[in-house]
Amino acid sequence: MRFAFKTSYAQDLGLFRDRVQRNAYIALFLALLVLPRLVPEYLGDLSLVFIYGLCGVSLMVLAGYTGLVSLGHSAFLGIGAYAHVYFAQDLGVPWVVAVALAAAVTAAAGVLVGLPALRMTGVYLTIATLAFALIIQEVFTRWDRVTGGLKGKPVQKAVVFGLPLGHEVGFYFLCLAFLIAGLWLTSNLLRSPTGRAWVAIRDSEVAAQSMGVNLAVYKTMAFAYSAGLMGVAGALFAHKIGFLAPDIFSVLLSIQFLLMVAVGGLGSLHGAVYGAVFVAMLPVVISQARDAVPVWLGQVFAVFGREAGRAVFSLVDRFVKQPGLEPGIFGLILVLFILFEPLGVYGRWRKITLFFSTFPLYKHATFKRQKSYMRSERLR
Amino acid sequence: MTFFEAERLAINFGGIRALDGVSFRVDPGQVFTIIGPNGAGKTTIFNLVSRIYDPSDGRLTFCGEDITRVSPHEIPRRGIARTFQNIELFEHATVLQNVLLGRHAHRRSRFVEELLFLPRVRVLEIEHREAAEKVIDFLDLQRYRDSLIVNLPYGVRKVVEMARALCAEPKLLLLDEPSSGLSVEETEDMAFWIQDIRTLLGITVLMVEHDMSLVSAVSDRVLALNYGRPIALGTAREVQDHPDVIKAYLGG
Repeated sequence: MRFAFKTSYAQDLGLFRDRVQRNAYIALFLALLVLPRLVPEYLGDLSLVFIYGLCGVSLMVLAGYTGLVSLGHSAFLGIGAYAHVYFAQDLGVPWVVAVALAAAVTAAAGVLVGLPALRMTGVYLTIATLAFALIIQEVFTRWDRVTGGLKGKPVQKAVVFGLPLGHEVGFYFLCLAFLIAGLWLTSNLLRSPTGRAWVAIRDSEVAAQSMGVNLAVYKTMAFAYSAGLMGVAGALFAHKIGFLAPDIFSVLLSIQFLLMVAVGGLGSLHGAVYGAVFVAMLPVVISQARDAVPVWLGQVFAVFGREAGRAVFSLVDRFVKQPGLEPGIFGLILVLFILFEPLGVYGRWRKITLFFSTFPLYKHATFKRQKSYMRSERLR
Repeated sequence: MTFFEAERLAINFGGIRALDGVSFRVDPGQVFTIIGPNGAGKTTIFNLVSRIYDPSDGRLTFCGEDITRVSPHEIPRRGIARTFQNIELFEHATVLQNVLLGRHAHRRSRFVEELLFLPRVRVLEIEHREAAEKVIDFLDLQRYRDSLIVNLPYGVRKVVEMARALCAEPKLLLLDEPSSGLSVEETEDMAFWIQDIRTLLGITVLMVEHDMSLVSAVSDRVLALNYGRPIALGTAREVQDHPDVIKAYLGG
């Protein structure tokens, strides 16, 4: 078992637990630097993982740390995307400034949603943000002059500081840089008083208040920060998909973000990134499995004769090619995670590492605790 | 200057008058205890002092200042910290993180500084940590420092909650039933701690308590309530022997 021997308070303030962990992250970073050479055909998917990672961090701050579950994050993503494209293309603002402006506009939208949302808790807040998402989608449809309405709006390639990042590799590194920056800023907040106040609000509002946390200010701050991050993610997302249309930013996208933080593990930044990998890569895996599984099963059943093999192939093939399979699988996974691993992928990862680090002494009961989705729900 | 005074406190919940004309005064350095049967309005007084409820009538004065209309998050900044009867800790955080939140009233860093984790934030964080460690040391919580609250037994949680309140460096500490759910030994420890808090840290304590052995061990003044009205005020002995108090507890 590995012990972190602590000799100063500053050690607890570091970004990494100890040198081993820091080296692990450096190794991961180096791996991400050479990845474009190793798997050039998946570059697009990897950029999407990074963008979704940013979205995951954004929602994790709000849902995982502050305990405010939002279904309005697709709208924030949309606002960020449209604002960025409007500033960069229609007004000709430099790219970096356009991203900053998009983040500012989205953060302002976050404050607007956050203020009335202060009076609501739990599921009522979620419903209010859901309404917000629907309203904003309608605004995207109707406000032709800025958004291009239902005809949509083509997005040009990103040009950062005169450097065209149209090619996949450049965009990959751009997204990676933004994700790392987002993670760094967020973990800075989480290790300082603001982050502690957020966690306090999540676990007990009344106690947070009587320790001096101004609920209105900190909840609004969480909304604004979360929305601002989403705005930046939106700007990248716009370049990623290359064409903006209102129906992209539907409530289903919000649900996907929520799936991301729930599957990753609520209350950890690791979880946000794991969830992003999961949600962004699952469609890739499903589409490959769609082609591979029927053929594979057909070959297995061909042992019972060529007819049986062909029958199984066509049966399975017809089943997996049905529309709506993907959301079905997403939903199934979410349900399974909530039932069997409420701590998410990150929780499972911690269990596995703990098992090996304490090897013969691992206690199954270490992680046994009452199953609760969010404590603030029970308080009311 | 009055240290802490409640004058004619009253509150209605719908048609129920939960408190009716409760007045008392706490002098600096005292341990002041409120006792009374269930539903007498003891915790309601606490919730009024920490401004979770608005009083229908009456006035609260602290250090010569009227705090009847101060917002709840301002109360710890004035120097009042509290614990809760049914422990309100942040369950999915460590003991250290909980105790550090007690320092929130002393937060001096700004959002942007924290976002970039500037050197000033680091210095302030270490200051907070030192203050928190003093309290951890005082209440003997060193070995629980990094454990999550959910994994701790009830007795320890009770102490952690007191540590969190102490970390705010209050002038007045409100303890809501510090001994409820504790074993006999833990209750004895609690009595020693309350005495130490008063004598070593110089903090005035306002407490709600049922355990009469603890009450008589530590309190200077005791106020007995029944149905939201004060029935006796004096030393522990005097109040215990007061005929109205005996009647309130035993009926008759």
